[in-house]
Amino acid sequence: MAGTVKAAETAPHPSTPRWLRSLAYWAYQYKRTWRGSMTTSFLYPVLYLAALGVGLGSLVDHHVHAVSGVSYLDFLAPGLLAATAMQVGANEAMYPVMDAIKWGRSYLAMLATPLTVKDVLRGHLGWIAFRLVTVCAIYLAIMEAFGTLRSGLAVLAIPAGVLTGLAFVAPIMAFAGAQENDRGFSALYRFGLIPLFLFSGTFFPVTQLPRWLQFVAWLTPLYHGVALCRGLVLGGIGPGAAAIHTAYLVAVAAIGYVLAERSYRKRLVI
Amino acid sequence: MANGEPLVVAHGLVKRFGEFVAVDGVDFSIGRGESYGFLGPNGAGKTSTMRMIACMSPVSGGTLRVLGRDPDRDGPEIRRRIGLVPQEDTLDLELTVLDNLLIYGRYFDLPRRLIRERADELLEFVQLTERARDRVESLSGGMKRRLTIARSLVSDPELLILDEPTTGLDPQARHLLWDRLYRLRRRGVTLVITTHYMDEAEQLCERLVVMDRGRFAAEGTPRDLIAEYSTREVVELRFGITEPSRVAGQLEGLAQRCEVLPDRVLLYSDDGDATLVAVHRRGLTPESTLVRRSSLEDVFLHLTGRTLVE
Repeated sequence: MAGTVKAAETAPHPSTPRWLRSLAYWAYQYKRTWRGSMTTSFLYPVLYLAALGVGLGSLVDHHVHAVSGVSYLDFLAPGLLAATAMQVGANEAMYPVMDAIKWGRSYLAMLATPLTVKDVLRGHLGWIAFRLVTVCAIYLAIMEAFGTLRSGLAVLAIPAGVLTGLAFVAPIMAFAGAQENDRGFSALYRFGLIPLFLFSGTFFPVTQLPRWLQFVAWLTPLYHGVALCRGLVLGGIGPGAAAIHTAYLVAVAAIGYVLAERSYRKRLVI
Repeated sequence: MANGEPLVVAHGLVKRFGEFVAVDGVDFSIGRGESYGFLGPNGAGKTSTMRMIACMSPVSGGTLRVLGRDPDRDGPEIRRRIGLVPQEDTLDLELTVLDNLLIYGRYFDLPRRLIRERADELLEFVQLTERARDRVESLSGGMKRRLTIARSLVSDPELLILDEPTTGLDPQARHLLWDRLYRLRRRGVTLVITTHYMDEAEQLCERLVVMDRGRFAAEGTPRDLIAEYSTREVVELRFGITEPSRVAGQLEGLAQRCEVLPDRVLLYSDDGDATLVAVHRRGLTPESTLVRRSSLEDVFLHLTGRTLVE
């Protein structure tokens, strides 16, 4: 308070990067919900892998013998990891962003302090990336428990999953930053995320699709995320293919970031 | 004005939103230790001016220096040294009172121990110590406002900007808040306040500008403004169901100035009682009468022809 601060206390000290200070807010908030969130992170893969991988998988394996040369559970698990990263990332990039802009206005609180729009965006993005790391790591641990890891490179499915998530997070943050209310989000789910979840090679190879749809699938980030994660977990992905998938995801995330910065600036600096 | 360089200096300051000009070329200078007010109705451009001073909104024209620096270039550095109480609270309702202070201190990169110390001190100051562990959600409007003020002080700002600090609060909560702000002033914190309450401006501001439609109509101490733009006293006449405008003609020559409002007539005079006697002598029988001292409300009415709170 005024007058009580000694000069030494306000003297410059090695400073924390500003975006990390903004990230700290999300960590504070998470203190309140981490139990539920972590429980979901464990339950989700267990339920999906048990019901679809083992349950439905036994039928599939009985009739088809092998999808892409492996059991259905092995085929499905890495695809679901990528799809989960997409879902978690998309969720975190929608309502919390709208809340921080409009409802709880925590972005505005930050912008009254030394933090800038860039810091606010990077802090939030950084936090979501951290959440994706935990979600993907837990997913991979459960896949190990189900015995579906087939390659020494499987651990790389964690960064691959995070990258898949970020390829959705950044553009969706740009989208959320431009929304006046949350109606756009349900549309994004219905017409974007759910079709992607179902048709991007998570549950069956996209080669099952009509040719034109295969092309559409190829254009979506989830297709590349699924292919990359699956290739890393099952082994046998060539360096060329891995590079193409990675480059595509990095490009989408980078373009999304540039758009998000623009969208945030337009919304928050008036 | 206080000694040394002024903390805020504006020349021909303009804020535009597309075609709309919210702030239309204003000049002002706020000295260290001063408490400076922007008085005006909603939409006068007060908040736009505040947001520019707080380096949250880019200047559209003219020049602005805050703490001797350019907000365009040194926003983060300036914001490190000022506190903002925005018009609408931006508290995190789901976090506790204490956590709201702790996280805010982190934005300024203050050492945790220091934030903790200040948080305790500030909660004491705004009388919220007992609520430290409660969620903000459960606080009353006045308590939230006090918490926002405490939060803005975590960084020990040289300049505190308060945008409509007591709008929407009940009288008791307002008086408590005024008392806290008065104490801050006594400690030498520079205050910049916007308000559309003339009593608030009179209570809190040593110097103020009357703002209307993006421009300044007048500037001075509350006392000087009243002396310059109003008379010592005012006689208020109410005529019940009779339209005030119908009796206005009969009041001519009774006072230095006469304002006819929808619900009453105001007669400006240096001796209210004498004027009231003269009113009765003319055979007028108002339903109720009131003789009072002039206020900033009268200054505003005189300058703009409108009342502050409509």
